[in-house]
Amino acid sequence: MSHSVELQDVGMTFGKTRAVGDVSFTVEGGEFFSILGPSGCGKTTILRMVAGFLQPTEGKILIGGKDMAGLGPDQRPTAMIFQSLALFPLMPVWENIAFGLEARGVAKAERRRKADELLKLIALEGYGDRMPGELSGGQRQRVAIARALAVEPQVLLLDEPLSALDLKLRQHMRAELRALQKRTGVTFIYITHDQSEALAMSDRVAVMSAGVLQQVGAPRDLYDNPATPFVAKFVGETNAYPGIVRAIDGKTASIETAHGTMRGRAGPALAVGSKASLYVRPEALKAASVDNAVAATVDRFDFEGAFALIHARLPDGAPLVASVGSLDFADAPKPGETARFGFAPDHAVVLADG
Amino acid sequence: MGDVFKRFGGGLGTVFTALVLVWLAGMVLAPNITMIDYALRPNLPPSAIGGDQDVYSLSNILYLAGEDVHRAIFFKTIWASALVAFITFVVCYPIAYWLAQNATPNQTALVLLALTIPFWINEVLRTLAWYILLAFRGPLNEALLAIGIIDAPVRWFGDTGVLAGMVYAYILFMLFPIYNAIESLEKSQVEAAKDLGASTWRIHARVVIPHAKAGIATGCVFTFMLAAGSYVAPALLGAPGSRWFTQIIYNWFFEGGNWNRGAAYALVLLVLCLVVVLVTLKLARVNLTDVAK
Ligand SMILES: Nc1ncnc2c1ncn2[C@@H]1O[C@H](COP(=O)(O)OP(=O)(O)O)[C@@H](O)[C@H]1O
Ligand SMILES: [Mg+2]
Repeated sequence: MSHSVELQDVGMTFGKTRAVGDVSFTVEGGEFFSILGPSGCGKTTILRMVAGFLQPTEGKILIGGKDMAGLGPDQRPTAMIFQSLALFPLMPVWENIAFGLEARGVAKAERRRKADELLKLIALEGYGDRMPGELSGGQRQRVAIARALAVEPQVLLLDEPLSALDLKLRQHMRAELRALQKRTGVTFIYITHDQSEALAMSDRVAVMSAGVLQQVGAPRDLYDNPATPFVAKFVGETNAYPGIVRAIDGKTASIETAHGTMRGRAGPALAVGSKASLYVRPEALKAASVDNAVAATVDRFDFEGAFALIHARLPDGAPLVASVGSLDFADAPKPGETARFGFAPDHAVVLADG
Repeated sequence: MGDVFKRFGGGLGTVFTALVLVWLAGMVLAPNITMIDYALRPNLPPSAIGGDQDVYSLSNILYLAGEDVHRAIFFKTIWASALVAFITFVVCYPIAYWLAQNATPNQTALVLLALTIPFWINEVLRTLAWYILLAFRGPLNEALLAIGIIDAPVRWFGDTGVLAGMVYAYILFMLFPIYNAIESLEKSQVEAAKDLGASTWRIHARVVIPHAKAGIATGCVFTFMLAAGSYVAPALLGAPGSRWFTQIIYNWFFEGGNWNRGAAYALVLLVLCLVVVLVTLKLARVNLTDVAK
């Protein structure tokens, strides 16, 4: 089992900028763990603190139960894959892969053998003597991974490694990364601003906003049970209707909005009389549903392939987005038509504003 | 060439091209051809010039080969110039690396300014400053005596003085090419090497220096050529035992009154410098167009 990574109240301040504050989470050994958040929210800073390029200004980082304070990147059981990959352009592929072994004083023949073994693992057998510049984007990506795996790290740190690839290749590499992680059993900490990437690959995801940890959970959990308005809006598409909480009845909350009183599951720390919003996913909104129904006029029908998004407006102009599966297109309301959209209270969540 | 015409149009383009050709002919070709001409002719009284003794021969160059003292000074100048280039490199590389990779923009600006300001004054005056510093009763000896490192003043003039003066005089010609080269190295390359466990030495040997090779070769070539052709530093900071080949050439022209032999000596120096430069570039696998950048 690979090492776990534990962050305890970790904070990082650059001069006056507080890039990361009070972040605590534990990545289990052998887990594929993602950190998801918009650009500038402190993801790279966290990764660089785990790698040892930055020492946190507050808190502690433990890898495999050992405090890493004061240890540099060369003294930690981690390997990092940089956003730019940072392959050495003047060394052939095999020397790139074997660089960590070279630094450890491994003899040349053994280095070559190990590099060839790793080239086989990443399906690039026979590419050892090429230069990195002669490879395609996806191949360079795999070489970077092999170079990191060559030093047999306990934890692999990946900083948006797929962001430079085109969509098709990105989707292919997602599956490959995931398979590689399963095969090697190495703990992966994967950074991305792309929520579909995080949801598709990870065992668990930590969502960050402006240096603050919002929620940690399994992808399904984040999607179905967002704990904060930020998570509800950032992970997947959602409709948000602000209002005042009027009643909480067990697990269900009633909220008075500009479009009438609606009911949804009560989120954490919700109080009657406080400001809150109701969040409902496009796929939960059904035309001709009886619950929580609102009337809306359809503006646009965006065909996306397997499904379509209906963009509509409520009477006061507030937007509403509903999705329909391609099999139900025939029954869906057309642009210009006014229809009633509703949702089951179970499929919506009410979260306190803030 | 076509670019010039495209950019400035036919009229201006012709003018610029003509100016460049005149400059090349007048400032580069003419002096060098004259020098070669002088070098290959014997030194004759004015009345005999053009006479039957005035024929081309290698005698001036062969004279250098047969003259032990001059030959020794010649070879010493060559290897001492290489030493100047090497020491300048050793001094500049860490500064260039720090400026390019670690310093904040403000620090970079400040250090580069501090290094450049002395170059606003003339080379003779700058060397004169070292002349004062290194004098037998000068501030360096006084300071070293005061803190007790030496018991008696040291005669710095000579090889040490010449070396110090030259390293100082040519520091920017080494620093800027290396700085530019290292600046274009992506920071994450160094970090990746470090992350993979490489020692500082290995990071420089395997990642930074190979990347900066063209800049380093350029800096070394500049410094070597400037040192080999230097006159001021050896004249001011040298001693009788540390004569530079340029001083011999000077003497042929202005004291020996034998311009032909002076020209021959200068020609030999020029050719040898060219050979050293081309071999260095070949070894570093850098081509001349990279150096021009
Ligand atoms: N070395 C640094 N010095 C000053 N500020 C920094 C430094 N590194 C990052 N920051 C700041 O910290 C914040 C988070 O940056 P980063 O971790 O790179 O975000 P992300 O990777 O999520 O895009 C940003 O506001 C950024 O400007
Ligand atoms: Mg980042």
